[in-house]
Amino acid sequence: MTDSHVLKAPSVVAKRQRRANLRRNAFYLALIALGLVAPFIAYPVFLMKILCFALFACAFNLLLGYAGLLSFGHAAFLATGGYTTGYLLASYPGLTPELGIIAGTLVATLLGVLFGVLSIRRQGIYFAMVTLALAQLMFFVFIQSPFTGGEDGLHGVPRGELFGFISLRSNMAMYYFVFTIFLFGYALIQRTVHSPFGQVLKAIRENEPRAISLGYNVDAYKLVAFVISAALAGLAGSTKTVVFQLASLTDAHWHMSGEVILMTLLGGVGTLLGPIMGAGLVVSLQHILSQSPLGNWVSVMLGLIFVVCVLSFRSGIVGELGAIYRKNFK
Amino acid sequence: MSAPTISTGPVLETRGLTKEFRGFTAVDDVNLSVQEGHIHALIGPNGAGKTTVFNLLTKFLPPTRGEIMYRGKPITSLKSNQIARLGLVRSFQISAVFAHMTALENVRVALQRQLGTSFHFWKSEKSLDHLNERALALLEEVGLREYADTLTVEMPYGRKRALEVATTLALDPVMMLLDEPTQGMGAEDVDRIVALIKRVSAGRTVLMVEHNLSVVSRLCDQITVLARGAVLAEGDYQSVSNNPLVREAYMGSDAAEERASA
Repeated sequence: MTDSHVLKAPSVVAKRQRRANLRRNAFYLALIALGLVAPFIAYPVFLMKILCFALFACAFNLLLGYAGLLSFGHAAFLATGGYTTGYLLASYPGLTPELGIIAGTLVATLLGVLFGVLSIRRQGIYFAMVTLALAQLMFFVFIQSPFTGGEDGLHGVPRGELFGFISLRSNMAMYYFVFTIFLFGYALIQRTVHSPFGQVLKAIRENEPRAISLGYNVDAYKLVAFVISAALAGLAGSTKTVVFQLASLTDAHWHMSGEVILMTLLGGVGTLLGPIMGAGLVVSLQHILSQSPLGNWVSVMLGLIFVVCVLSFRSGIVGELGAIYRKNFK
Repeated sequence: MSAPTISTGPVLETRGLTKEFRGFTAVDDVNLSVQEGHIHALIGPNGAGKTTVFNLLTKFLPPTRGEIMYRGKPITSLKSNQIARLGLVRSFQISAVFAHMTALENVRVALQRQLGTSFHFWKSEKSLDHLNERALALLEEVGLREYADTLTVEMPYGRKRALEVATTLALDPVMMLLDEPTQGMGAEDVDRIVALIKRVSAGRTVLMVEHNLSVVSRLCDQITVLARGAVLAEGDYQSVSNNPLVREAYMGSDAAEERASA
C-alpha cells in the first residue's frame, strides 16, 4: 500500500471517471464547434489541407502510437488513394466524388493488406526498411504507369457533385464535406483505440511475448491495425485529390513518409490529438515559410524545429501539455 | 534416478529435446515427463539450459531435434500462441505485465480472449465491462484487489509478479510454466509467492524454473536437475539433494549444501 490513491472506493473511481468523460465530451464538442466556424475565419483550402494531413497523421499514429510499428512507407497509401480517386473521377465524369473516394480508399486498403502480409513479421528497423522498400517500389510504378501522368501528375480532377446533387465547386461546401470525412476517420481511430481490439493492441505494444503467451496471435492483430491505418491514409489521399483536383508524385515520394512521421512526433505520438496538432503545425509552417524570404529553406527550418522539439519535449506538444495538465489539474 | 510418484500420467513430455545454437548445444537430448497435478521444478546451475527448455516447450524457440507431447499428442509443430490456447501458459524471468495498463486491465485482457471479440475494433471497450467482476475476483485471489485501478508500472515488484499469476489464472490454464517466479524478491515477498503458488496450483500442473532451493523444497513434488543442457538427475527433493552428482555439479561447496538443507 505504497500509494495513497490505490485505496479509493469504487464509487469514487466511478465518479471521477464520469467527470473525466464529461470533460472530454465538452472538449470534443468545443473542437467540433471550432471546426465548424473555422472556414469563416481562415482560408478554407488551407484548412482542408490541414484536415487531410491531420487524418493522414492520425492514421499513421494508430500504427506507431498504438501498435508500436514504425512504417516508413505510408506515402504509398496516401498516393494510391489519391491516384485511384483522381483517375476514376477524371475518366468517368458520371462518377460522384464520394464513390471515387470510397474506391480510392478500397484500393489503398488492398495495398495495405499486401504490404502488411509482406512486412508484419519483421521487427523494428527491419519493418521500417521493408515498408520503405515497398513504398519505393510503388513510387516507380506510379512514375512508369500511364494513368498517373508520370512526372506531370494528374490534373483537372473534377470535384463534381456530392451524391449527384450537392456541388462541391464552392470551397465552403467542399470544406464541410472534408470536415465530415475527417470526423469519421477520427471517430474510427478513437473507437479502434478504445475497443476490445485496442486493448489487445495495447497489450502487444506493452509486452509482445506476454501477449503471445496469453494465446494471442499477435501478427494477425498487427496486420489488422496496419490495414486500418493504410485504409485511412488512403482515405486522406483520396480526399486530398478531390480538394486540390490533382494527384502528383509528391504524395508518393519517401519525403511524404518522413513528413508524416515528423507531424506525429511533433504533435505527440500515442496521443489522439497530437497528430492533428502536428499536421496543423507542419502545414502552417510550410505555408508561412514558403512565402517568407527563407522560402528555399523550408526543409532546413522544419528540420531544425524538429530537432529542437525532439530534444526538448520528447512526448510531443500534446504529450507535454497532457503531462502538465495531469500534474496540475488532477 | 528414482521413479516419479504415482499419478494419472504425464501432461507434458519431451523426447530427445535438443537445441543447438551454431554448434553449441544448449539443450541436449532432454527427456522430461511432467505428471498431472505435480509441481515440478527444473533446477541447475547458471547456463544449464533451464530457460532454453522453457522457450522450447512454449515454442518461443524452435527445437533443433526432438518431440514435445501434450497428453500424448505431439505439439512440436504448434506456434507459441497455439500452445497457450491448449492451456500451457508460461511466465517470464522478468516480470511480464502490461506496464501502462491498470491491474484490472491486465487481467481483463487475458479474460477477453474467450469472448471472441478481440478483433472487433468497432465495438466499445465498455463491452468488456462485464468481465470486470471476474477480473476483480482474480485480483482478490492474489491479494491485489485494492490495486485494481492502479497503473501496473506504479506497483511494487513483488505485486507485479502476483499480478502476473492472476493474469495467467484468468486463462484457467491446465499447466503453468513459471520461469523463476521468486527471482529478485525479498524474503517476505518470496513467502507470499510460495503460498500463492501452492494455493493456485490446486487442480493444475506447474513446471517451474527456480534457483531458490528452499522454495523448491517447500513446493515441489518432483525435481529435474539440468547441467550443461542435459538431465543430470531426477526425483523428489530428498533423493536429488542426496545425489552425489548433483552435489558436485550444482551445490558444489559446503555452504550451498547447508543453505539447501536449511
